[in-house]
Amino acid sequence: MINVITGFIDELREAGVPVSMVEAIDAMLAVESIDIGEKVALRETLRATLIKNLRHERAFDTAFDVYFSNVPAPVKPADPGSPDDVPSSMPGGEPLDGETEFDLDGLLEALLDALAGLDDESLRRGARQAVDQLAGMEPGRPVGGTYYLYRTLRRLDLAQLEAKLIEALMSDEDLSEFERRLLKEDVEARLELLRQEIQEEIRRRLVADRGREAVARTLRRPLVEDVDLMHATSSELADMEAAIGPLTRKLASRLARRRKKRSGRLDFRRTVRRSLATGGVPADPQFRHPRPHRPEVWLLCDISGSMATFSRFTLQFTHAMSTQFSKLRSFAFVDTVDEVTDFFGPGIDFGSAVSRITNEAEVVWLDGHSDYGNSLETFFSRYGGQLTSRTTVLISGDARNNYRPPREAVLEDIAKAARAVLWLNPEPISYWDTGDSAMSHYAKHCTSVHEVRTLRQLEEFIENLTLPSGRTFQNV
Amino acid sequence: MEFDSPKLVAEALKAADYLPDERIAQVVFLADRLDKPVLVEGPAGVGKTELAKAVATITGRSLIRLQCYEGLDEAKALYEWNYKRQLLRIQSDVDHDWDSISHDIFSEEFLLTRPLLEAIRSPEPVVLLIDEVDRVEVETEALLLEILSDFQVSVPELGTMYATSQPMVFLTSNNTRELSEALKRRCLFLHIDYPDAEREKEILSARVPGLSDHLANQVAKVARSIRGLDLKKAPSVSETIDWARTLLALSVEDVDEDVLGDTLHVLLKYQADIEKAAKEFTSTSQPD
Repeated sequence: MINVITGFIDELREAGVPVSMVEAIDAMLAVESIDIGEKVALRETLRATLIKNLRHERAFDTAFDVYFSNVPAPVKPADPGSPDDVPSSMPGGEPLDGETEFDLDGLLEALLDALAGLDDESLRRGARQAVDQLAGMEPGRPVGGTYYLYRTLRRLDLAQLEAKLIEALMSDEDLSEFERRLLKEDVEARLELLRQEIQEEIRRRLVADRGREAVARTLRRPLVEDVDLMHATSSELADMEAAIGPLTRKLASRLARRRKKRSGRLDFRRTVRRSLATGGVPADPQFRHPRPHRPEVWLLCDISGSMATFSRFTLQFTHAMSTQFSKLRSFAFVDTVDEVTDFFGPGIDFGSAVSRITNEAEVVWLDGHSDYGNSLETFFSRYGGQLTSRTTVLISGDARNNYRPPREAVLEDIAKAARAVLWLNPEPISYWDTGDSAMSHYAKHCTSVHEVRTLRQLEEFIENLTLPSGRTFQNV
Repeated sequence: MEFDSPKLVAEALKAADYLPDERIAQVVFLADRLDKPVLVEGPAGVGKTELAKAVATITGRSLIRLQCYEGLDEAKALYEWNYKRQLLRIQSDVDHDWDSISHDIFSEEFLLTRPLLEAIRSPEPVVLLIDEVDRVEVETEALLLEILSDFQVSVPELGTMYATSQPMVFLTSNNTRELSEALKRRCLFLHIDYPDAEREKEILSARVPGLSDHLANQVAKVARSIRGLDLKKAPSVSETIDWARTLLALSVEDVDEDVLGDTLHVLLKYQADIEKAAKEFTSTSQPD
C-alpha cells in the first residue's frame, strides 16, 4: 500500500500539485487510522491531507481514479488471462462472435430504470456493461479514453435517454414550464452521474491494460494556473473563470490597501481616553487609521485578433472585477478605443457582454489591425481629463503594433496624470521587442510591466503589487 | 473524542442537526484521530462555522471562538498584560524594592488570556474556532502557526505554555486570499461546497420543522437551479433555509413562478440578481 501511495504522490507532483514532505507523511499516518478497503474514506483522507487548494482537486480526482480504482471484474465471465475482453482485431463496439447478440435496448432499459430510481449499484453495472459492449476498447493503445467515452455515449444516445427519462419522471402530464425546467435540470444531473460512471469504468480498464503510471501520464493535464492564456481551450477558459473570482477580490484588497500603522494623524480623543489607564500620562498615543481609499481602476484591453484568447480572458477578468470595484471603467481597443464599462453593468452575463462589445463598441477605425499609438492617443484626448491621481490604469496587450509608430509620448502623459500605469503582456518575455512588438517603447513610461501568460503569473502579479503611495493621499 | 468510525461521526452530527456528507464526516474523524487542525474553506453560508459548533455539541466541549478581522493582533488573539493592575500593584506597594516588584508583576495573575491562549489553557478540552482566517494579514497569520502545530504559546516573560488539553481546531476561510503555505501545511483541508439537491433537501427537512417533503424537494431544486445562473452572489444554504421558512409562514404548498417571483428577495440580496432570476424563471412561463 505504501508503494501505491508514494506512487500516487509522485503522480500528483508530476501533475504540478505541490505536495510537501510533511503532507506526505501526514497522509501516510492518516491512512493508517482508516479502513483502506473503503474507497470513499481513502479518497477523502488523501484529499484532506494532500490537497490544500480547490484548484488542484481535478488533478487529484483524475490521479485517484487511476491509482485506486479496482481492476475491473468483467460482467460476463471472460478469459481469465485478458483483462479486456474485446480483442484488438475486432472493429469497435461489435459483439464477439459466438456470444449472444448484445441487447442494446435492454441495456438502455436497465440504465433508464437505474437513473429514474437513483440506484447507484445498477447504474454502475449498466455503465460497466455499456463500456463492455459499446466502447470498443483496444488494448495497448496509448490513449486517455476520451474517444472511448465519446463512442460509448454516442451509442447510448444521451439526448434520447434524456427525453425518455423526463417522460418517465413526469408524474402528472400537466407540468408548467417552471416545473419542466426543474425536472430537466434534475435529469441532467443524473445523466452527468452516468457519464462519470462510464468515464471511471473506462479509466479502470485502461489502467488494467497499461498500468497506472502510463495512464496517469496520458491523462495528465496542466493545472488551471499553468495553462497558457494565449492558447487556452474554451473548457480551460471556463475552469479559469471559476478561479478568477478570488483573484479579483485579492486585487481589490491590494489596491485598497491601507498604509502602514501610525501613518495617520494623532487621535487626540482616544489618546486622552487611553491615558486614564496610565494615570493621565499619554503613554500610548493613538492614531487615526487612514481611511482605505476607494481604488479607481481603468482597464484597457486589446481585443484584436492576435489577442483573441487572451482578450477573452481579460474581458472575463474585467467582468469579474466589475463586481468588486464600484469605480471600474473598462475600455477596449483595436486601432481606436471605446469605453465598454456599461456593457459590464451589474447582472449582465459575460456572454452577452462580449457579443455586445464585438457588435456595438467602436474599436475599429481603419483596418482592424492593432494600433496602440492611435488607440492611446484617442484614449488620452477623450478620457485623459478624467484621470486623477487615484486612478490605476491597467493595460493588457501584446504591444504588437503592426510596425506603426508607437507614439509612446502619450503614454507618458497618461502615466503623469494617473496614479500608476501597469502593463500586462501575455507573451513570453523573450518575444518582447521582436518583430512588431513595441514593448520597450511603452515600458519606460509604465510603472511596471509584467509577463502574464498563466493564471499563476497573474496571481504573482497581484501578490507582489505595490503601488506608489506617495501621491495617493496628496489631495485628501 | 470517542468515535470509532466516520460513520459514527456522521450519525452524531446528524443528531445535532448538522447533516454532513461523507467528506465532512471523514475529515472530522481524521482531525480527531490525528489531532490536526482543520482548514474549512468554501463560499459564504454553506455551514463552515456551523460545523465547528456542531462538533462542539457532539463532543460536549465548549466552543471558543476567535473572529478574525483586519488589524487583529497578538494582544487580541493571544494574551495581553493587564497593565492597569500592574500599575496598581506598583502603586500599592512602596516598601519593596523594584526587583521584587518587577518580578512579581509579570506573573500569571496579571495575564489577560485571549481566545487562543484560553483554548490552550482550558482544563477541559475545547473546540477552538478561528473564524474567517483569510481576513487577517499575512503577518498575523504567523501567530497561529505555533499553536496549530505544537499547541503551545510562548510568552517571553513566563516561558512556553503548553496545552493542558488538546483542543480541536477549526479554521474557516472564504478564500478571499491565498493563505500561506506554512498554515495550510499544518492543517487538514476541507472544502465545503453547496450541497447537492438530495443533501440540501435533508438539511431543509432537519432545519425547518413542519416543512413538507414535497416542498423541501422543490426548494432544493430551485436553489440548485438558481445557483446555476451567473449571479453576483449565489443563494447560500442559510438563505434557502430562510426561504423555506418564509414559504412555510406564507403557508405555500407548491412553489410556482408567482411564489418564486414574490419571495426571491429572501434568496437573493442584490437587485440585479433578483431581476435576472425573475427574468429567467418567469419569461419561460409566458406562452409568448
